Amino acid sequence: MADINAYEGPAEAGFGDYVALLKPRVMSLVVFTALVGLWIAPQPVNPFIAFCSVLFIAIGGGASGALNMWYDADIDAVMKRTAGRPVPSGRVSSQEALAVGIALSGLSVMMLGLAANWFAAGFLAFTIFFYAVIYTIWLKRRTPQNIVIGGAAGAFPPMIGWACATGGIGIEPLLMFALIFFWTPPHFWALALFMKEDYSRAGVPMLTVTHGRKVTRRHIFAYTLVLAPFAIWLGLTSVGGPLYMAVAVVLNAMFIAGGWRILRRTEEQAMADHYLVEKRYFRLSLYYTFLHFLALLVQSWIGGW
Amino acid sequence: MLRTEHELHRRRRGRNIGLLVVLIAFAALVFGLTVVKIGQGDMMEGYDYRPRASMLPRDPDAPAPAAAPETPAEPQQQQPEDQQ
Repeated sequence: MADINAYEGPAEAGFGDYVALLKPRVMSLVVFTALVGLWIAPQPVNPFIAFCSVLFIAIGGGASGALNMWYDADIDAVMKRTAGRPVPSGRVSSQEALAVGIALSGLSVMMLGLAANWFAAGFLAFTIFFYAVIYTIWLKRRTPQNIVIGGAAGAFPPMIGWACATGGIGIEPLLMFALIFFWTPPHFWALALFMKEDYSRAGVPMLTVTHGRKVTRRHIFAYTLVLAPFAIWLGLTSVGGPLYMAVAVVLNAMFIAGGWRILRRTEEQAMADHYLVEKRYFRLSLYYTFLHFLALLVQSWIGGW
Repeated sequence: MLRTEHELHRRRRGRNIGLLVVLIAFAALVFGLTVVKIGQGDMMEGYDYRPRASMLPRDPDAPAPAAAPETPAEPQQQQPEDQQ
């Protein structure tokens, strides 16, 4: 019987492989934060337009993920966590990933402009440019502060959501930006402490590799301290309220306590209990952003100050 | 003759069906957006490089337009002036 696998051709990609190009897990954070930004904005938005706006912001985020996979295919192939991605595994060619990324970038920006407004669309275009060009192509492989810069791209969605509703920005979306921006580095550095990936072999200068784990611990604590005032300040604006404030105070106290514990530990202590404190801090960091934004959503529903 | 259903065919069919669903969803989305935008009374005409009265902002001080004559004359198609 004839066997099609008898010759070595490029593997046939399934639909799921193209979905995987858009990094659906990153997309879920984009969807949630953009939705909150749009929902809590002072101008009401038609529910269908709100749905379309969040969808196109998510597609824009996915497009930048595809561009990232196109450019980073060489790094992804080296690291265990990312070796199974569609491009390094050979199911999707890097040229296809580039085409999908560019096409979806254009589509999402145009459609967001038509659905919401052109300020929000321009903002989305800038975010895609920032993540794909400034972060992925330019700075990721050049500086150990790459996580900080990449975090900015992830922090834009709530601002875009707010811009969809209002056509501009204000202090509230800027503080939401700060919340994600200062949260991202400690979140990823905690992960880098216990997931010893071969970043150095891949040529990515991670802080744990370039400056050592002690410095990384110090950085985690410093960012946790800087983050807290922004989270509390957000509670004092028009989108805040008693519920948000209570959530923010408790979460930031826990986050600072976790950062302090990470700072005080030596590598020997961490290895002895298999990075228990670092793993706990990482799990807390996942809840940290989710609960802050959920509190904002609920607060706008029940009414603020 | 190759009649056996191969995994390759299954993937290709899955991809085609996926694309079909995405295209139908996109068309439905654009239709829905249009309905909502019309319902909200948003501007329906964009600027197309020719001045039109409907594009001008409404002047609140302008007198009300006179009552229309019985049957408005059909506007004549303008011939380009530089035609010889």
